[in-house]
Amino acid sequence: MPSPVITGAADTEVGKLEGSTSLGLQAQAAMAAVEDAGLSLAEIDGVLCAYSFTEPHLMLSSVVSEFLGIAPSYSVAVQAGGATACAQLVHAAALVESGRCRHVLVVCGDNRLTGMTRDRAVAALSEVGHAQFERPYGISVPSAYALVARRYMHEYGVTLEHLAGVAVAHRKNAMRHPKAQMREPITLEDVARSRPISTPLRLLDCCLISDGGAAVVVSAADAARDTRKPGIAILGTGQMNTHEHIVAAPSFTDFGCKQSSAQAFGRAGIKAADIDVAEIYDSFTITLLAELESIGFFGRGEAGPAILSGALDLDGKLPCNTHGGLLSYAHSGAAGGMFHVVEAVRQLRGEAAGRQVANARLGFVHGDGGILSVHFSLVLGRL
Amino acid sequence: MTKPLPHPNATTQPFWSGCQQGRFELQRCEACGHMQFPPRLACTSCHSGALGWVNASGRGTVYSFTTVYRAPIEAFKPDLPYIIAMIELEEGPRAMMNLRGADPERIAIGMEVEIFFEPPAADGGYPLPQARLRS
Ligand SMILES: [Zn+2]
Repeated sequence: MPSPVITGAADTEVGKLEGSTSLGLQAQAAMAAVEDAGLSLAEIDGVLCAYSFTEPHLMLSSVVSEFLGIAPSYSVAVQAGGATACAQLVHAAALVESGRCRHVLVVCGDNRLTGMTRDRAVAALSEVGHAQFERPYGISVPSAYALVARRYMHEYGVTLEHLAGVAVAHRKNAMRHPKAQMREPITLEDVARSRPISTPLRLLDCCLISDGGAAVVVSAADAARDTRKPGIAILGTGQMNTHEHIVAAPSFTDFGCKQSSAQAFGRAGIKAADIDVAEIYDSFTITLLAELESIGFFGRGEAGPAILSGALDLDGKLPCNTHGGLLSYAHSGAAGGMFHVVEAVRQLRGEAAGRQVANARLGFVHGDGGILSVHFSLVLGRL
Repeated sequence: MTKPLPHPNATTQPFWSGCQQGRFELQRCEACGHMQFPPRLACTSCHSGALGWVNASGRGTVYSFTTVYRAPIEAFKPDLPYIIAMIELEEGPRAMMNLRGADPERIAIGMEVEIFFEPPAADGGYPLPQARLRS
């Protein structure tokens, strides 16, 4: 069966967007993605939304559809934390493959920077901790990842410099993207001197808090002919959940990204080594490092030194997070993960001016939700 | 906003009642012997619903740790910096605790710890299991 196709992709401006709203950012991204596909909103028959911190609603996809003035025949919200965007893509692919929908709009957006205080954002995220067995101890999302980082460093000889190298590599990539929130160069020393958040993680090891929205249109293989640009095929998808809370994680070094990526590679009929460009969830420096090694892009303990030698650069072994990722491009809730998807589409279309990976034909996108709990992987390819 | 305190439910009440008696209790599967924490309705290994409670030794080792400088909520700010440790209990399961009375610069993975109970913050509350280094 021919693969479902991403026919439109767009994101809004990102960063500090005074006066923006969650709904407005979602609508702006949605309209831009539909326009990018060369479709009209009336042709959208499926809508998949995510969640919003600043305008939470029980039925967000219904709210967004109403705001856009459309009446899709299928519309639900999907929630899988940071893995939401990739999860939405997996659902959208299934909807068009089954014939239930022709053009599914997949949209995320939140004004997490200007719509709430930083303290409130940190507190809201900490609520994912286990109410009885984690939160009474003062756990936050950075602290939970810090526990992973410390153990991972212990088992595989990862150093603080290796973690800092991830932050520096992302900043270097972001400096090539005109819209990135953080474009000032940083050094390993800057990371080492940044404010401690939860050891071993410092401020520059942590993702940004941003306003922004992003959306894509996923179309049925035969419907993709109606659209404006060459489609990007969803060649393979995968998912794995191993736990939710870090207290219940079966391992602190081996995560579900291993199985979810293996499924996606298997369904696409490729190997990890075939990937030309990767956009992988990078909520913290340790997140990316653990994922790169769990997935198998690098051997255990090898990603850190390789990254310091430029492995994630445009001409490196694995060009990765070419927009700057959550660490330096932007992170506005579920849209954070969707920025990875949008960037992968741009790379595979050859539209990433100034940061284009040469001859990018196969892309890998990965989302992680919770504390490396929920993993969704996508293999995308130029048709 | 006050610190989040444990509010037991039907599944976790035996655990928190144990804490009131100075015991850290784990669930043990009567079908396969698997030990687990946090408490569940069924065995996470064989999914049998026949679970009993056993008193843990209260000894374990530091599996991982972090010194927190950025509190999740205002109520934890006076405690900064504080240590969160993942403790691997002698019986196998891991549990999160604060590591009290330790110098953050001297903690290492593998150090031996013991559980003690901090008195409840409010009347009618539950003692919170915590860890300290074994001398
Ligand atoms: Zn059992």
